[in-house]
Order: sequence, then C-alpha cells, then structure tokens
Amino acid sequence: MNDIPVIISRLSESFLLNCRLFALTLLFSLPLGLLIAFGSMSRFRPLRWLVRTFVWIIRGTPLMLQLLIIYFAPGLLDMAFSWPGGTSGRFVAATVAFIINYACYFSEIFRGGIESIPQGQYEAGQVLGMTKRQIFFKVILLQVVKRILPPVGNEVITLVKDTALARIIANKEIIMMAGEYSSKGLIWPLFATGIYFLAFVGALTLLLDWLEKKLSYFRT
Amino acid sequence: MPILEVRDIEKNFGTLRVLRKIDFSLKKGETLAIIGSSGSGKTTLLRCLNFLERPDRGIIVVNNEVIFDAMDPDTQRESEVRKKRLHFGLVFQNFNLFPQHTVLKNVTLAMELLAKERPNYKQDKKAIMEEIQEKGKNLLSQVGLSDKLNCYPHMISGGQQQRVAIARALALEPDILCFDEPTSALDPELTGEVLKVIRNLAERNTTMIIVTHEMDFARDVADRVIFMDDGVIVEQGTPEEVFGNPREERTRQFLTRYKENSGNGSNADC
Repeated sequence: MNDIPVIISRLSESFLLNCRLFALTLLFSLPLGLLIAFGSMSRFRPLRWLVRTFVWIIRGTPLMLQLLIIYFAPGLLDMAFSWPGGTSGRFVAATVAFIINYACYFSEIFRGGIESIPQGQYEAGQVLGMTKRQIFFKVILLQVVKRILPPVGNEVITLVKDTALARIIANKEIIMMAGEYSSKGLIWPLFATGIYFLAFVGALTLLLDWLEKKLSYFRT
Repeated sequence: MPILEVRDIEKNFGTLRVLRKIDFSLKKGETLAIIGSSGSGKTTLLRCLNFLERPDRGIIVVNNEVIFDAMDPDTQRESEVRKKRLHFGLVFQNFNLFPQHTVLKNVTLAMELLAKERPNYKQDKKAIMEEIQEKGKNLLSQVGLSDKLNCYPHMISGGQQQRVAIARALALEPDILCFDEPTSALDPELTGEVLKVIRNLAERNTTMIIVTHEMDFARDVADRVIFMDDGVIVEQGTPEEVFGNPREERTRQFLTRYKENSGNGSNADC
C-alpha cells in the first residue's frame, strides 16, 4: 500500500483531475471572458452596469466561497436544478465555478487590452469600408492578444495552482490525495505534489514564451 | 458639374461649435487645399466627409447623390454609411497602418474583404485574389515601394509608412481622396517624398482634399484653397487669390504669421 510506485501512480491519477479542471476552465472561460468584456464595454448602460456588478461580485468574493455556493445552493435552496450525483457532480460544479470566476478576471484583462488599441486603428478600418466584425477580427484582435499575453499568462499560471481548491467540495485532486498520506504520517507525497505543479507551470512558461516570440514579428 | 457638394454643414461637440455654415463644392480632378490654424475645424470637416463624425446639420452630395442629410436618418444607417463612405478615402496624420500585416496586406486587406461580397467570389476566388495582389503591387510601385512589399510597418520609415497609407487609400478607388495633415507627423527630411507622391496624384487629376500646414505646397499643387478660422470658411478661391491677394483681414493675418514663423523656423526649436 505504501510503496513508492503505487503512491506515485495514485498522485498522478489525481493530478489528472487538476489537469482536466485546468483545461476545461481555460477552454470555456477565455471566450466567456471576451463576451463579458464586451458586456462591460457596452454602450447600453443597464447591461454595462449589470455586467460590471457581476464582475465586482465574482472578483470581490473568494473562489472557495463560490465553489461552496455553486455546489450546495441548488440542493439547499430547493432549486429545480441539481448537480448530477457523486464524483461527476462535484467535478462539474467545480468546473462551472472556475469558469465563471476566471472569465471575470479574463474579461478585465481583455477590456484593458481592447481599450488600449488606438482609436485610429478602428477609424482606418472604418474608412476602408470594413464592418465592425471585420475590424475586430482582422485588425484589432491580434494586437490585443499580443498586448495581453503577459497578464493572461499570469492568470493561467495562477489557475494551475487554484485547481487545488476544488478539494473543498471533495474533488480528489492531487493535494487532497497527498494529504491522505500525510495524515497517515507520510510526508513526502505532499512535497511531491509541488514537483507536479512546478513541472506543469514550467511547461506553460515555455509555451507562453514561445507564443510571445511568435507575436514579436510586429510592433503595436 | 461638381463631384462633391457640401451644403451648410454644422457640427458641435457639446456646447462647442466646431463647424458652422460650411459650404463648398469640388469639381472632378480638382485638388482642394484647406488651410488654417490648429483648432479651426479643418480636421473635423474631413472627418465629417468620411463619416467619422456626424454633422448636426447639412447635406453632403457626391455625384448628384445625397450621401448624407442630417435631417434624413435613412442616410445614416450603419449599412448605408459603410457603402457610402467608400466615395471617400482618408489618409491620416498618424498613418494608422495595421501593424500585424505586411505592407502589401495593408493595401490589399480591404479589397479582399470587399471581394467576399461579390456574387462570383466562391467560383472565382483564386482569380480574384490574384487580381487583388497584382493591384496592390501596382499601387505600391506607384508610390515607390515595390521593394517593401513584405516588410511590416515598424520596419520602414515614417515617410514610407505614409506612402503605404496613400496606396491603401487608393486601393478602393475613392472618388475623393482626403489627406489630414499627411506630413505633420514626419521628420522634415521625410516630408518631401510624401508630398512628391501627392503631387504626382494631382498631376494625374485625382480629386483630392488636403488639409495641410505646408503653405508652399498648397499654393503649388492646389487648384483651389479654403482658409478656415474658428469653424467657418473665411475665404476660398484660387491659390493666387487666397495667397497672393487675400480679401479678408483674418487670412492676411494668418499668412503673415505663417511667413514670420517659417522665415526663422529652420533653426527655431519652439
């Protein structure tokens, strides 16, 4: 039970949950964040106000609290909706909480990036007869991506480590797994989890550097 | 028959009256220079023509077609405006090239996007794209940049960037090409190459409106000159009339001040 290969394989298995949570969160929170960014820049004041209040609430409360509320509220408030039972329900609830939380942070980075693009870029597109959509996708977007890459990289790296919070609604992620060993008196698995995170973040850092280099062919 | 008629344009920013009673017309092939001090409304007027600002009053007619009427909301719908603004091209003071696209792509991008709206785009995609590339290359050779097709904007000088911007504006074959102080953001030694391109266009009878502080250039290249001050057209006429024999006191003052400044301007820093 306590031999090293078994422990390592169980740690690796539980780290897969962190990885899945990470990937799903990124996949959905990036586009959702863009949508929220547009909402918070909307010229329609009630929408803008609503979206900015929502972002304030999500950024203003702990992710841990949001995880608990999203997981328990449907059952405790007798909502018609409920999470699927068992481990899958816990995982889906955690994923939803992470997506909403990170989308709000991303939205502010996107908003800053979009608003930092000089008005002249939009005007140049307009006088060339481009539609708003064409201007955004053919002119603005890549410039925004280049500018926001460093802060987005920060968030992405934070997300890797935040996935450990999923344990609060009993998702068996890697630190929870290692914690079970340490409560039995075995401390090294806890240290080992650090290596998983370091390796993952190291790979991400290389990827982000590569992306940054890819986009260095032009200057904004 | 004038290609452009501007009638009674008025524009306010809040309580600030930027343009009042702007009336002028332009014949095909003519070059019009608009001069005047900063804040006189020259740039705002150009921006109104290009639908970057919406006048509060007035009518703009191109080729006998009313393309803007402040009283008629139908002329201001987004989809309408997009097509109608193509009557005009605009070259900006700060070039506003697209930094992530090559010089050639800067010129061809708008053509490519518009080509997608052609009914035969899907069948003839390849031929259409080739034709657009050819046209882009021709325009760039016209402004003397055949060797920079694959450069990105940050790799070339300001004067070269502005010439790309001119080629980009020409690509959609506007009826009227507008320049908003095209050399104001350039080092003095780079203005010449840009002015030369504009002069070339004038010789080929391109219809142009040039907002400029280059008085000698305006006098030389323009068929007609408008002097603006404080949001109104103070005086308009041929360059000989406006520069040689101004009727209005304000025009005279402006030109005198300009001469004094440019006389010792070469070694004055401020």
